[in-house]
Amino acid sequence: MIHHYLGPVEPWFQLVSALLLAWAMMFYPMLSIWTNERYKKWPMHRYVYWFAGVIVAGASLVGPLANAAHTSFSAHMTGHLLLGMLAPLLLLHGKPLALVMRALPTNAARRLIRLLNSRFISFASHPVSTALLNFGGLFMLYRTDLFIWMHQSTWIYALVHIHVVFAGYLFTWSILYGDLTIHRHSFRMRAAVLIVALASHKVLAKLLYAMPPAGVTTSDGEMGALIMYYGGDVIDLALIILFCYSWYKATAPGRITRAV
Amino acid sequence: MAGKEQAKRSEDAHKLKKRNFWSGVLFGIGSMAFVDEVIFHQLLQWHHFYDLATPQVGIFADGLLNSFAWFAAIGGLFLFTDLRRRQAANMRYCIASILIGAGAFQLFDGIIDHKVFRTHQIRYQVELWPYDVSWNLFGAALLIAGISLVKSAKERRSV
Repeated sequence: MIHHYLGPVEPWFQLVSALLLAWAMMFYPMLSIWTNERYKKWPMHRYVYWFAGVIVAGASLVGPLANAAHTSFSAHMTGHLLLGMLAPLLLLHGKPLALVMRALPTNAARRLIRLLNSRFISFASHPVSTALLNFGGLFMLYRTDLFIWMHQSTWIYALVHIHVVFAGYLFTWSILYGDLTIHRHSFRMRAAVLIVALASHKVLAKLLYAMPPAGVTTSDGEMGALIMYYGGDVIDLALIILFCYSWYKATAPGRITRAV
Repeated sequence: MAGKEQAKRSEDAHKLKKRNFWSGVLFGIGSMAFVDEVIFHQLLQWHHFYDLATPQVGIFADGLLNSFAWFAAIGGLFLFTDLRRRQAANMRYCIASILIGAGAFQLFDGIIDHKVFRTHQIRYQVELWPYDVSWNLFGAALLIAGISLVKSAKERRSV
């Protein structure tokens, strides 16, 4: 139970989220069907990943789970696992950047590539930066008063959710690749970052177990922390398997090895 | 030219042999951590998820160890699959190194985690030392069995 000093989230948040989700659901097949006329057919499984990702993100933003998250820390944590870990993993496998590249006219695509090649993107897409953004953000959310502010202002509530899904997406992308990736790093380095990042997730879950954020009751806080720890383990398992599988494919004997 | 090729082949063989060792050790570490989690945390519920006496450094060390072990279990299996694909897997050597990994993890958990960092104890409200002693003896036994198996595997190969 989260205490009552927390104001209700204004209805525009759920309305805007629903609109964005519907837009993501419609725009993706529009682009792929449109580009199918000129290029190879966009594979069916990518639609499945993309829709599944949008639905998972949707479950945490609108509907019963999102409503329960205002009063229950366990529901809040379940929503964050879906939004910050599972949805990014699914959305990434829909390869949205590759799709956008297919759809853009040549000149615009060149400009986008030049932007992606820039030093800023090289820095921002580095696994260490994305891990800091993702897990540093989590520490800020749960170890400062941000958690209270988030429940007092719908604007901050919205910003936190945008941050969670984007930071989760960038992190997953920088570790697994999968979609179009320009700045590449060695498997060994990405494995080290992944291990430290997952460790910090476990550490934060234990700290939350010992000391839940202000306003959260002990039993609810403990339940939420366990969900974060063991739920995180399950999604980590998928992440690690996919990572190792990409190594397995890349190092196949007889295959010409790329720079990384 | 032929000499160069031969040198490269023997270098590859050495690399694959090392990979056999690491695949087993990593899988051993990972599976022991998994067994620890399932038996002592979940089934027996002797270990505690969080023990009020745990210092901060213990939480960090434990998080890092568990996350590494989770990765090691899966990475070790993939390394093994890679060896099978290259027809370079040596079962005897692999099993020996699994035992080494499992024993080393058990000892590390028993000495560093439980005693130095005091993450949690094996069991609560009981006389602790018999548990600690049998825990570490079991780890040492695994480790010694692994090392002697590696030795016998090496002798078999050289005959």
